[in-house]
Amino acid sequence: MAHGPAKGIGRWLFTTNHKDIGSMYLWFSFSMFIVGGFFAMLIRAELFSPGLQMMRPEFFNQLTTMHGLVMIFGAIMPAFVGLANWMIPLQIGAPDMALPRMNNLSFWILPVAFVILMSTMFMEGGGPNFGWTFYPPLSTTYAPDSVNYFIFALHIMGASSIMGAINIIATVLNMRAPGMTMMKMPMFVWTWLITAFLLVAVMPVLAGAVTMVLMDVNFGTSFFDAAGGGDPILFQHVFWFFGHPEVYIIILPAFGVISAIIPTFSRKPLFGYSSMVYATAAIAFLSFIVWAHHMFTVGMPLTGELYFMYATMLIAVPTGVKVFNWVATMFRGAITFETPMLFAIAFIILFTIGGFTGVMVAMAPADIQYHDTYFVIAHFHYVMVAGAVFSGTGAVYYWLPKWCGRMYDETMGKLQFWLAFIGFNITFFPQHFLGLAGMPRRYADYSLQFADWNMVSSIGSFIYGAAQILLLYNVIATIVAGKRVTEPKTWEGAEGLEWTVPTPAPYHTFSTPPEVK
Amino acid sequence: MLAKAELLFVRVLAPLLLLPLSAASFAEEGGMWREVLNMTPGVTEVSRTIYDLHMAIFWICVVIGVVVFGIMFYSMIAHRKSSGREAANFHESTAVEIAWTVIPALILIVMAVPATKALIHLYDTSEAEMDIKVTGYQWKWQYEYLGEDVQFMSELATPESEIYNNEAKGEFYLANVNNPLVIPVDTKVRFLITSKDVIHAWWMTDFGIKKDAVPGFINETWARVEETGVYRGYCAELCGQGHAFMPIVVQVVEKDEYQTWLQEKKSEAAAIRELTQKTFELDELMTQGEGVYNRSCAACHQANGEGIPPTFPSIKGSDVALGDVNHHLDIVVNGVEGTAMQAFGAQLNEVELAAVITYQRNAWGNDTGDAVQPIDVYNFKHGQ
Repeated sequence: MAHGPAKGIGRWLFTTNHKDIGSMYLWFSFSMFIVGGFFAMLIRAELFSPGLQMMRPEFFNQLTTMHGLVMIFGAIMPAFVGLANWMIPLQIGAPDMALPRMNNLSFWILPVAFVILMSTMFMEGGGPNFGWTFYPPLSTTYAPDSVNYFIFALHIMGASSIMGAINIIATVLNMRAPGMTMMKMPMFVWTWLITAFLLVAVMPVLAGAVTMVLMDVNFGTSFFDAAGGGDPILFQHVFWFFGHPEVYIIILPAFGVISAIIPTFSRKPLFGYSSMVYATAAIAFLSFIVWAHHMFTVGMPLTGELYFMYATMLIAVPTGVKVFNWVATMFRGAITFETPMLFAIAFIILFTIGGFTGVMVAMAPADIQYHDTYFVIAHFHYVMVAGAVFSGTGAVYYWLPKWCGRMYDETMGKLQFWLAFIGFNITFFPQHFLGLAGMPRRYADYSLQFADWNMVSSIGSFIYGAAQILLLYNVIATIVAGKRVTEPKTWEGAEGLEWTVPTPAPYHTFSTPPEVK
Repeated sequence: MLAKAELLFVRVLAPLLLLPLSAASFAEEGGMWREVLNMTPGVTEVSRTIYDLHMAIFWICVVIGVVVFGIMFYSMIAHRKSSGREAANFHESTAVEIAWTVIPALILIVMAVPATKALIHLYDTSEAEMDIKVTGYQWKWQYEYLGEDVQFMSELATPESEIYNNEAKGEFYLANVNNPLVIPVDTKVRFLITSKDVIHAWWMTDFGIKKDAVPGFINETWARVEETGVYRGYCAELCGQGHAFMPIVVQVVEKDEYQTWLQEKKSEAAAIRELTQKTFELDELMTQGEGVYNRSCAACHQANGEGIPPTFPSIKGSDVALGDVNHHLDIVVNGVEGTAMQAFGAQLNEVELAAVITYQRNAWGNDTGDAVQPIDVYNFKHGQ
């Protein structure tokens, strides 16, 4: 235990320490969150009132595309990889990740990918403007030249994700402390293990899809061009075979975080641990067989449509089990409402609302009306933002004292929560109304009947945006000047190995494996 | 703090949930042509079925939500630590787990039955009384009445000045077109939907129709509209910069009125064929050409002819506009494969093509003096 972190910039460039790499992932993720949020603010500013005020539709389309890509691949996914890096070794009693050098590589190629992706916005012809789903022929024949950079960037992000996933699988399967059997692992470790398998399975599919687009654009193939014997709908099948599991890649680790926070502040063990594990596995399995519910209007045969409707509706069952288990955990607990708990409770409520609208959009006939409208935008932001982002924010407040040995300011934390909660709902709840009333998504401008709710939504988004600045302030204020804490166990009701190491967690932990009873 | 939190929940969350009710009045005040809160039942059997299904799922979700959130809020209020509660220690119950797996599954099966019926019904395109082919273009729709020799383009009628806020916006801002689709009431119309460039989606909320227009493939769907009137819809699949600017307007009329309209359209087509023989003055061509250009070309090549290079090249001072007429004709009539340049040969008639090419060759200081005549276009099309 003689040596600590290296000095200077080299500590960060060459580090193989899971805590350093975890921190870098989290800071990178937050910076991307700010960038993607800035794009969202521009979108909402343009949509504040009808008419084109700030930008051409061409640039608007670049913003929606980049907002999606940056938030999914730059903000949410790296945030949970960062949490995994920090917490998985601490939670299973391992000294580090199984493959520390690869860990370094998988982080450092990410900023490279995003520099490439962002640079397209300054190129002649502009950046990707075909939506984050890049349906051909809009992304092939009709794409700006920068599409090649977009493809390259996506390849690098995929490689980074696959390496991160392999590392997590290797760590969880090989590095558990003696006595830490699979069914004793914290839910966060379980959800990440399952997520990692999803990543390894579907990131190569995304790589295949972008490669076929690359071939169609540059080398005269016709995978997605009917004139050459291909089919544009084929792309959508391949893309969503990646895209649907991707949604669960984002949300499963969030489930894991919530399953840690709710028992801690209810002072009661997680209800139905084993059913939670099985439900997670069931959701992961189902995610592979439901992809075409994103394509109910492409003209699939009736039987295909029915199959994908039934399979999709099934997902509600294991997801429901998870929500019921969380509520049962709170039931007859001794609940306190610190900031992480507020985020976790908001998660359960808002994610469940997103789940309800999820069942609604799963019904194929009704989806004829919902598809590609603001109703869908509202649905997936309830799942992605109130789900993944709220859970990630809750996780930061929950583990921050363990990471830096300082306590955040509870009042400021609560203020940030309420600002985010209120801002989020003002932004996205009215979008349900807009979609049901007929406003299509990805519209740079809209008819007058949609004006009122768009204005409300824009105002809400500015509040939500401000809440993120406050989060940044809270985190920095805590790290720099928060009240020092030294108790290994920050929270009265917390359970798990991470609460047995000193606070702040030293640079090296569990050099000798702990004994788990 | 908890009391404060509760208060905030009550003050913030409750109004949010009640918003749908309170806002109904607020939408009416605006006098807009559609209530902006919920789906509307529409004017076909299909759209009503979808609406009923939507409301049924909605209320089922509300009931489940009330139960789940009810228990949760009860726990948050009754089982607080600050009220001196000791936590219980139960954490397992197989019976309960089975119950909350089976009950939702049963609810889903109950919901799947009407959904299946509805889907089978809306997929039944058989026994249609007439067929209309709908073709998506960047960024307009073409309607072709199969077997009737009637076809026309339907484009946004909102002027740029309204879009760029130089003029007050009209009631049907971005929801009006130059040539609406006209169909008879109480008639089963089959729509054959395709695209000439990228994927679009033809969405008529009131008919319960949304179908992707996929280049190289033909999708079909249908509607039997029960009430006459003007209905409006939008393109629902991202199709490039003009995505928000290609609305759909369908005028549903009485059957005899439809026949009269169809005859008018046919004689219009005949008149235009006549005009193909006529020789026009340069001025006439320029005036008409400007109109066609602003409708069909300006979205990409811009009103000033300078385009947005490199995707949409400049016409002003370009080799094409200043060079050989036949090459110019070729590009406009047949398009340029592998680029965003569409083939306008089927979209515009001979007179319009002649006018717009003449306009491009003489506007913005191009000044070639060429007056391309409809007959030149006709000969080019038939000679190639």
